[in-house]
Amino acid sequence: MTEHSIPNFREIGEITGSTDSRDVLAHATKQAARNFDDYLIVDVDAHVSEDHFWSEIIDLIDNDVLRQIGQHQVKGFGGQNALLNISPGLSLQSVGGRIGHQGRREPVSDDSVHRFISTARRSMDAMGLDYQVVFPSAMLLLGMHPQDEIEVALAKAFNRWMIERILPIDSRMKGLLYLPFNTPEACEELVERYGDTEGIIGFTVCSTRNKPVHHDCYMRLYSMIQELDKPLAFHSGYHWGDPSFAQLNRFLSMHALSFTHYNQIHLTNWIVNAMPERFPKLNMLWVESGLAWIPFLMQRLDHEVLMRPSEAPGLKRLPSEYMREMYYTSQPLERTNMKLLEATMEAMNAETQLLYSSDWPHWDWDSPATIDSLPFLSEQAKRNILGLNAARLFKLDTIRRKPLAEDVLANRPKTAS
Amino acid sequence: MSAPDMATAASQQIVLGRHDELKKRQRMVIDVDGTGIGIYFVGEEVRAYLNICPHMGGPVCQGKIMPRTLELVADNGKSLGLGFSKEQLHIVCPWHGFEFDMLTGRHPIDPKVGLTPVPVQVTDGNVVVTVGSPRA
Repeated sequence: MTEHSIPNFREIGEITGSTDSRDVLAHATKQAARNFDDYLIVDVDAHVSEDHFWSEIIDLIDNDVLRQIGQHQVKGFGGQNALLNISPGLSLQSVGGRIGHQGRREPVSDDSVHRFISTARRSMDAMGLDYQVVFPSAMLLLGMHPQDEIEVALAKAFNRWMIERILPIDSRMKGLLYLPFNTPEACEELVERYGDTEGIIGFTVCSTRNKPVHHDCYMRLYSMIQELDKPLAFHSGYHWGDPSFAQLNRFLSMHALSFTHYNQIHLTNWIVNAMPERFPKLNMLWVESGLAWIPFLMQRLDHEVLMRPSEAPGLKRLPSEYMREMYYTSQPLERTNMKLLEATMEAMNAETQLLYSSDWPHWDWDSPATIDSLPFLSEQAKRNILGLNAARLFKLDTIRRKPLAEDVLANRPKTAS
Repeated sequence: MSAPDMATAASQQIVLGRHDELKKRQRMVIDVDGTGIGIYFVGEEVRAYLNICPHMGGPVCQGKIMPRTLELVADNGKSLGLGFSKEQLHIVCPWHGFEFDMLTGRHPIDPKVGLTPVPVQVTDGNVVVTVGSPRA
């Protein structure tokens, strides 16, 4: 039955790159309020858009010459990409501006805390996150920088910025120490210096690089990390300059393949060279490659290893068995075929090994509902993937840290939601 | 593909305003007791859709409106590059970029994926949308 009524509506505006995160994510907050507000949710991979604060990091470079060059670039052509090897003209993530939150710049009036914290808190509250682990963004490509000393200098500066200026402000934010993997000695120095730091819950290697992870130059580093009992993450990325990917003429083609490519190579080297046997207590975490590549690689490596055991003599089990003991982050979750996804999650022991990640504010981010709405998962599996697996791996307490979703909805600006 | 569920309001008809005026705007997005609806004006045609993306429940009607992008191909099969359609407009979800034809509400590559239509009509020159009906 239809009622005729006096108009009772309000207009809501367009969402742009300057819209408050709480309005952009209001639908995610409603999803949380309805379905999982009482879950512990840990976002294992969100991003610092550090280009907004790049001059702060440049100022922390400990080498006088490189700092002077960086500061000079900040004021000129390099701008917020000073010393970096990204190509702004090839940064097509926003699809011609269709997706505004990639590189967003929203108004912040509160000067009492760092601007990054203000915007990060908004997105955490809006998505219902108890914890968020922050990764660098533009630094994801530093492994391909032709100057190793630049990676080292920026790694030191970024880690200092994160440890001294960001993490102490909010215990809901956690960090993985950036390792300048092209220079193993520098990685070891950073692990020695910051490995026990509160808020640093693990270590990350940006996967986009051509260094074989089984090289002997890394064995001391792996021992040190294993001793600290914190995970080692490989965060994948893209690199259009890779000769194989140079054949691909669209960003989507390159993006779809490259984010799985680098982690496939590193994981293959890790297993075939028997690193799980050499460092059995080192927890490995593979970040931002989605899940579809995992059953492919399990079957592919099992198939080859069975025929050529003499080339992987250090293994005592099938590659898929080692892979089932590793950890993976969920985003970008391929959801177009639920049967395949269900089989994938079963093959990889997702209930204990999969960790939710948002990748916010990047263009292909996933809200917690990406996991919560999967029809084949039990409630316990959802709770594990959304937070409890990460709490176990990173030794996080499970006390509620976030505000009530209903309160977040009530207090949002409502300029565009 | 279905987005996380959203609550629906009780059924009611809402007069939005005069069609002659509203159609100059191309789009308006309204909230009615927590239900979001996008209303689109294409020439003399009017369409309305729930402001919920079928992908992941994003605020699909609050994104950009873009012309459909076309792959231009010559008769001999050679590419003529990309071009914008002069006829078709797309509603773009600001969360992940899913695109939908403004008139049909369907995704341009997978027509099984589409927006949820909301009944809308022009009555005595007024645009009237029905909220909370079974179709909505």
